Amino acid sequence: MTDSLIAADRFDPQLRVTLAALLDTMIPANGEYKTPSAGTDDIVNDVIRSLHDDASTTLEEFLTRLNDQARTRFEDLDLDSRWQVFTEIQHLEAQALRALSAVLLQCYYRNDDVLKSLGMDARAPFPIGNEVEQGDWSLLDPVKARGSFYREV
Amino acid sequence: MNNHEERVDVVIIGSGASGAAVAWSLADTRMRILCLEQGEWTKPNEYPSTTRDWETRHFTEFSISPNRRARDTDYPINERNSPIAIANFNGVGGGTILYNAHFPRFHPSDFRVRTLDGVADDWPIDYETLEPYYDENDRMMGVSGLAGDPAYPPKLELMKPVPLGKAGQTLGKGFNEMGWHWWPSDAAVATEPYDGRAQCINLSACTSGCAQGAKASTDVTYWPHAVRAGVELRTRARVSQIIADENDMATGVVYFDEEGVEHFQPAEVVILACNGVGTPRVLLNSTSGRFPNGLANRSGLVGKNLMFHPYASIQGIFDQPLDGPRGPGVCIWSQEFYETDLSRGHVRGFTYEINRGRGPVSTAYTGVFSGRIPWGKEHHHHYRGMVDRMTGMVAICEDLPEETNTVTIDDELVDSDGIPCPKIDYTLSENSRKMLDFSVERATEVLKAAGAHDIISEAPIAGGGWHLMGTARMGTDPERSVVNEWGRSHDVRNLFIVDGSLFVTSSGVNPTRTIGALALYVADSMKKRLATLFD
Repeated sequence: MTDSLIAADRFDPQLRVTLAALLDTMIPANGEYKTPSAGTDDIVNDVIRSLHDDASTTLEEFLTRLNDQARTRFEDLDLDSRWQVFTEIQHLEAQALRALSAVLLQCYYRNDDVLKSLGMDARAPFPIGNEVEQGDWSLLDPVKARGSFYREV
Repeated sequence: MNNHEERVDVVIIGSGASGAAVAWSLADTRMRILCLEQGEWTKPNEYPSTTRDWETRHFTEFSISPNRRARDTDYPINERNSPIAIANFNGVGGGTILYNAHFPRFHPSDFRVRTLDGVADDWPIDYETLEPYYDENDRMMGVSGLAGDPAYPPKLELMKPVPLGKAGQTLGKGFNEMGWHWWPSDAAVATEPYDGRAQCINLSACTSGCAQGAKASTDVTYWPHAVRAGVELRTRARVSQIIADENDMATGVVYFDEEGVEHFQPAEVVILACNGVGTPRVLLNSTSGRFPNGLANRSGLVGKNLMFHPYASIQGIFDQPLDGPRGPGVCIWSQEFYETDLSRGHVRGFTYEINRGRGPVSTAYTGVFSGRIPWGKEHHHHYRGMVDRMTGMVAICEDLPEETNTVTIDDELVDSDGIPCPKIDYTLSENSRKMLDFSVERATEVLKAAGAHDIISEAPIAGGGWHLMGTARMGTDPERSVVNEWGRSHDVRNLFIVDGSLFVTSSGVNPTRTIGALALYVADSMKKRLATLFD
């Protein structure tokens, strides 16, 4: 078992619910763009799996403080109240939130459903590669007309 | 030490841009040549671009930072006293595994900085001396580009240039609007099948290794030829020190194998090719009664004059979709501000290199951490205003040598074999600071001329210590240089250096093409003097 899988296995189940609610607050679903919430199981699991032991413990401590700030369990709040608590915690816990944000963005924007909603292929670049247009080389005409300008020695 | 290996004629330490070139060139002498590499061969099928999460693996196991990557084959670096962090890769191919393959040459003026601008020092060689070696290195690496760049003397043209794409065209129009120079970048990227390598298919991931083999990393260019010619490449062999005798001649090197077992490798000639940090590390760790301050360091200059290229990143956000990350990272460049014009407030100059766009994760990082993409309901709308709509450039600024910018040996830090590790002390000079600021201001103008409605900049790029130069400089005066004008140590006559440590000045372009050419030049200089090499 890798470090990350061990960390995922040990992650507190109740705090996992808190984490899902927090991630949903940070990136909610959007019907217009057909994007999933960051609180969906796939993405929450990916976030937890992407943490190693130390970061996992740090996140659990952060979520505990989030619940303290909410004066109840964060996930039990209504959406407006969650947003208010999240706004408060952004200032109080900037460093911890930044660390979580980095992992969340990494996991969210590699999720198949998210990439599909963006019109992107959810695949490895290799071996298919990508098309890039050659472009209009006549754009260089004014540069050519200027002539050489390198410094003579 | 029990493990006394069989003597070789030449031992090369490091297998990157310079080690590969010098090994290949010397192979035709039929000498017994051994290259010791602390890392391993990378497997193209393990590069991030072969997997779905290619973008995030670029930030972890294929990070450019050895401290973050932290593989067994890496050594940690104390860089706390530097605003710019070191980038490297330890494995066959060295830094070329993760470089972007921007492949400019130096200009003739870059070798005459003291004469032309009254700063730093002139090189002991000139552009004409290196020109045939540039050409040879180009043939071996495989270079794409467009002949006729007015910023350069004529040079060899090999393959068609990389595509302009939407990003290149958009910014090309911006440069035209300003009346400024731009040109398709020279790229160490095969745009057609070349020397057994497949052509570029725009994977987007040059800086985490090219699974296609189109990018010219030396594991797929020089090394197959060198190995076929009889050079032995021994991986997981980490050199701790070079041993010298009472006649000031190197007798060989000590290295640790993968199991941590120490070996002594005798050699008639030792060649260092470990980059501007690794080379002074080995020399400074090689102390003895005759060299108490490190081998080949009677000048006191080993590890001094460390030069990076301070980089600025200037990115624009456009209304229309562009290429995103698709394409080779290399696109077009501008050398409008390359040469000295004191009215700009600084001496020397820089190159703009346009880098196409960013992937979905990088876009999110940039947007969220710069405050442009909020959390909550508005997140998606703002993200869509940035994704595939960013392009811009970096300014690669000439750094001038200063003896106070140094690589030394850290008092405490050691690698997994217990070998003391490097410590970086670097201060950004006032000239570099002014140049960075100027480059951001002008780039902002050209991005706006191209249609950008928002500009994001960072200067210097904190993680951008890609180019490591100057720490064992070449010169004719033993008091003012570490090696002579053809790469031989002034103090140890069978010790040679071929990497970026040799650089007297840094120029305002990426160094890899010049590092390769210099290594070929040193090798050729050795071959011409074989009978009198140690005189």
